[in-house]
Amino acid sequence: MSENQRKIVIPGEVIVSGEDYLPGEGTEKRGENIVAIRYGLAEEQNKLIKVIPLSGVYEPRRGNVVIGRVENLTFNGWIIDIGSAVNGFLPILEVPKYINKNDLAEIMDIGDMVIAKVWSVKRKGIDLSLKSRGLGKVEEGIIIKINSKRVPRVIGKEGSMVSMIKEKTNCNITVGQNGLIWIKGDRIEDELLAKKAILFVAEKSYVNGLTDKVKEWFEEISLEDGKTVKKGGKK
Amino acid sequence: MVKEFKRPDGRKVDEIREMKAKVGVVPNADGSAMFQFGETIAIAAVYGPKEMHPQHEQDPEKGVLRCTYNMMSFSVADRIRPGPSRRSQEISKITEWALSPVVMLENFPNTVVDVHIYILQANASTRCAGINAAAMALAHAGVPMKDLVTSVSIGKLNKTLVVDLNKDEEDWEEGEGATDIPITMTSTGEKITHIQLDGKISVKQLKESIELARKASKKIYEVQKSALKNSMEEEQ
Amino acid sequence: MRTNRLTKQRIKEFLKEGKRFDGRELDEFREIYIETGVSKKAEGSARVRLGKTEVIVGVKMNIGEPYPDSPDEGNMMVTAELTPMSSNRFESGPPRIEAIELARVIDRGIRESKVIDFKKLCIKKGEKVWTIFIDIYSINDDGNLLDAAGFGALAALKNAKIPKYDDKEEKVLYGEWTNKNIPLNFIPLSCTIHKIDNQFIVDPNKEEEDASEARITIAISGDGTIHAMQKGNSKELKIEEFNEILDLAEKNYKKLFPKIEKFLK
Repeated sequence: MSENQRKIVIPGEVIVSGEDYLPGEGTEKRGENIVAIRYGLAEEQNKLIKVIPLSGVYEPRRGNVVIGRVENLTFNGWIIDIGSAVNGFLPILEVPKYINKNDLAEIMDIGDMVIAKVWSVKRKGIDLSLKSRGLGKVEEGIIIKINSKRVPRVIGKEGSMVSMIKEKTNCNITVGQNGLIWIKGDRIEDELLAKKAILFVAEKSYVNGLTDKVKEWFEEISLEDGKTVKKGGKK
Repeated sequence: MVKEFKRPDGRKVDEIREMKAKVGVVPNADGSAMFQFGETIAIAAVYGPKEMHPQHEQDPEKGVLRCTYNMMSFSVADRIRPGPSRRSQEISKITEWALSPVVMLENFPNTVVDVHIYILQANASTRCAGINAAAMALAHAGVPMKDLVTSVSIGKLNKTLVVDLNKDEEDWEEGEGATDIPITMTSTGEKITHIQLDGKISVKQLKESIELARKASKKIYEVQKSALKNSMEEEQ
Repeated sequence: MRTNRLTKQRIKEFLKEGKRFDGRELDEFREIYIETGVSKKAEGSARVRLGKTEVIVGVKMNIGEPYPDSPDEGNMMVTAELTPMSSNRFESGPPRIEAIELARVIDRGIRESKVIDFKKLCIKKGEKVWTIFIDIYSINDDGNLLDAAGFGALAALKNAKIPKYDDKEEKVLYGEWTNKNIPLNFIPLSCTIHKIDNQFIVDPNKEEEDASEARITIAISGDGTIHAMQKGNSKELKIEEFNEILDLAEKNYKKLFPKIEKFLK
């Protein structure tokens, strides 16, 4: 396997052999071999081998911005479903606002959607915080879901992909690392166009030169505009 | 004079029926797969890891693998009543044990990974097809695994060992009749994760059966592997 | 995951303008795909896809006793399993009300429209008749399992061959079939119309189904005769709305029938 080359691997598959390689995420060292323990793309960087999974539930990391749904209220905070194996918890202290402890539902109720930040990931659970800019309850727009493993492509290098989609669609877009994405535009048509573009990127996640493909895609879409977004309406 | 042994469908003794496999057959699931041995078709869908309910079944040390195996009512000649039976519950547990040794859920305490297996069409070896589909579906779902597992039934028809029993062979009555040995192994055929046996067989022949299973295992693994790899290649 | 409130709100706002999220017309189905003979041990079977929604339906037959009030007619039983494989909203275990309702709606759509000629399924009056089992399994739920199941039941019935029966031994020779089909009279279709914020749509995907306020399933045949109906969901319908739905149902049949018929073998 050579540098910058990616290879599809399945669990149990030997990726490389040789003492000078190091096992990274999604791999394990067995004797001389580096073996995949996840289904995904294996890559090498400075002798470090890792497997980038393409599927699976969201695995939270400290600092991730995520979007979740309020599942329940407790006496000291909110239980939030962020699509990970276990629910997140948002304590009252992490909400920068005056809160009447007897009426948490006034701030956020079951079913509400919230943008939050992961501030600790422990074996026992995941703690969330709203103490940052751009975090809080989502009041309008639409929320869509893609697989969390596809998020890096939707964001793009230094945010280039999501910036382009924002610009082309005139929408505000917040991409949660857990794969939930909030889209808010002036017109619903714009939101749906942004949704389509994001789903396109998510589906074509591993295509080379994706940015150009998405540009082309937008051009095609604008040509057949009437057909794709302005359809319907007859009664 | 020894009569030459012939399998009812004309296969060679070590020949597996035509295998087909595909992943992504249930879009809602975190991972899914179909696996087919001839006329036996299994579908498996995986959800999780996700929080385990009921709570008292949570394991604070690791995630729990939970399998359910079910035959569709019309998958066999004689309709079976929909819903779980004693047989399907036992096979569900056997399937769980067949897969557990390779599934790595240490980093997912208090969670469950659900594997739902349905047999769409049955011509024997349904548990093996189910386990093969489940292993693929787990990998497809991104669940960390040491390895895949492969499952096949080895049979003894009168005195002859054969690979991948079909229904006619299961019902073999001549001579010593049929012995059915479903076996699940890790992909390299080094470890056994599941074995059952019905019938009668000598220790010597049973050991030979294991060798036959090892060889079959490699072929099954190739089918599983290419289905998983092709699905990702299509995307690229 | 359940559709969030915000998105449901947006679906409604958009429907106010007569538009759907996926660009479909209000009375437009997703792509319909039907494959028959998918399970070879069954007397008949079908796989139906409506977009990403998928169901598999199988027909089995057995000999049984007729009901005392219809001594010369065959029987029918419909069951449905909303499998936990098809959605994380469904759980393992005995069928819940959603599955029971679905099976009963499909049952009545077929039974009441007299699509099956039960008299021809009598072997010996008062003693022996054929029983038809129609079993429905959901494979992937992306909305409108009801209609998918209905189309699947018809396709599986149409696909079925009657098994051979040994009169002397009084048993069905499973795995051997006659070349006779189940006697069907004509083809009724069951179609569900949903009301969302004063608009009527057909074939909702999951997020639309989550936003649905009321639904009516109507089994209707080619001459416009209505054979079975079921209103579901918790909101009421005005009389005018109901009338509008009936007109829609008739129009729907005409649009749908050719799309379904081409798959029926």
